[in-house]
Amino acid sequence: MAPAVLCALGFAAALAAVMQYSLRAYVPGSLEAGGFTLANFAALIRPLYARVFLDTVWICFLTASFTLIVGYPLAYALVHARNVALKSAILVIAVTPLFLGEVVRTYSWIVVLGNNGFLNSMLLKLGLIDAPMQFMFTEFGVITALVHVTLPVMVIMLAAALSHIDRDYERAAASLGAGPIRVFLTVTLPLSTPGIIAGVTTAFAWTFSAFATPQLIGGGRVNMVANLVYQLGFASFNFPFAASLSVAGLILTFAVLALMRAAASPLERIRQH
Amino acid sequence: MPKLLRLLGGATVTAILGFILLPALVVTLAAFNSRAILSFPPESWSWRWFVKAIAYDDFQAGVRNGLIVTAWASSIALVVGAAFAFALDRYEFRLKRTLETILLSPLVVPHFTIGLGFLILAAQLGFARGYSVIVACHVVLVLPFVLRSVYISLRNLDPRLELAAASLGASPGRVLITVTLPLLLPGLVSGWLFAAILSFNEFTASLFVTVQRTQTLPVALYNYVREYADPSMAAISVMYIVATATVLTLANAFLGLAKVLNVEHAR
Repeated sequence: MAPAVLCALGFAAALAAVMQYSLRAYVPGSLEAGGFTLANFAALIRPLYARVFLDTVWICFLTASFTLIVGYPLAYALVHARNVALKSAILVIAVTPLFLGEVVRTYSWIVVLGNNGFLNSMLLKLGLIDAPMQFMFTEFGVITALVHVTLPVMVIMLAAALSHIDRDYERAAASLGAGPIRVFLTVTLPLSTPGIIAGVTTAFAWTFSAFATPQLIGGGRVNMVANLVYQLGFASFNFPFAASLSVAGLILTFAVLALMRAAASPLERIRQH
Repeated sequence: MPKLLRLLGGATVTAILGFILLPALVVTLAAFNSRAILSFPPESWSWRWFVKAIAYDDFQAGVRNGLIVTAWASSIALVVGAAFAFALDRYEFRLKRTLETILLSPLVVPHFTIGLGFLILAAQLGFARGYSVIVACHVVLVLPFVLRSVYISLRNLDPRLELAAASLGASPGRVLITVTLPLLLPGLVSGWLFAAILSFNEFTASLFVTVQRTQTLPVALYNYVREYADPSMAAISVMYIVATATVLTLANAFLGLAKVLNVEHAR
């Protein structure tokens, strides 16, 4: 018990340190922070920073949505596969990327998406395009890589929900004459909402937290909050402002998560019956 | 009609698996390309980038630092997480929910916030930026995974087995050591394994709390990608992918990954 309390306290203290710093003045040329001020938060409303926040939320939203669309069929196949070897293969393939780390995966996507990367080479060879297409430094490139990054955790959460659905409900619907599509739409899909909500919120939070992917694939042209925080901290040593951006990011994350939970609670209530 | 659906479903799943595997396959091709410039398919093959990557000082130091941090962080997280999961499952106590929420929240709190927090905290408390700060940061980050893994196996444990041992006269300590812990072993091992792999790969928070001397492998890799473009990085990625896939396949065979991740049908 005591060590767990200690860990919780350490984490809380680190968050408190960020909050405290976010209210301190920046002293140019010094690592020490000045007196207390609200100036950092006032500066957040400036269009330059507001824009990065909007872009980040938009990218997170798109990534979470695409991850859900791509992850659902895979989670369904994972739970419903009857062949044990096939099931293991799907599981290992789906989960392995989770443990590869952001840098390795991002680098791999650079090799795929770069101007003389795999995708462009193949398209050129097939004669579909005449000149390399620009995938790097675009939102498309960043989102593709981010979907790949968040997919494993989405699949795990969806599969956890799908595997706890009582199969008798599906069998009952089928025996009453519902076709497979109707069974899926009216029974399986609604019953899997807890997994969808858990998956989407986690995907959103993870994308918000992503740093290497927007940094390396976005190359300064696609900026997310994480990149701004790092840049402010380690290029201009403005830690107080970096801290206030982090706090704003944290508040935003929790607001979005709370919103998603609230939107989902009526669905939860239906499910209880 | 159902046959057509099945075919369509199979094709969709295959395409998605292809999407997941694509970067790994492409990076493998790039790693064995003997020239420094990317070309697909490679014109000639060689192992030279593997040799170069293994000999590179920063990568060697990164692996060493990473192993030190991972060993400490995952072991501490295992002990703390297992004890807390046990308390969570068995006892009622004040602030139970609060404590649980705080310890699980690193799952959704952005890593750059946590990294920045530990950086500022260490600076304010006057700690040098050594291993202890990185380890503390990693413990907080991987704790939710250990907690979840151990908690799930505790839930799946049949309490009658413990009752049987107790009714046959075993003391509570003996029940714990001879019945509970052995039954929890898969959960403990997989929790520790998860924590170790995640800690070894953690990047964003590590970037904030490490310095040149203590940088872990992902940080060293990131710095390399920013400065150089040769395929050594592809070679080390391949080693990474092969090692991770091997560990996970073994974990699946011996521990039953589906059970650990809670994605198996209850019946």
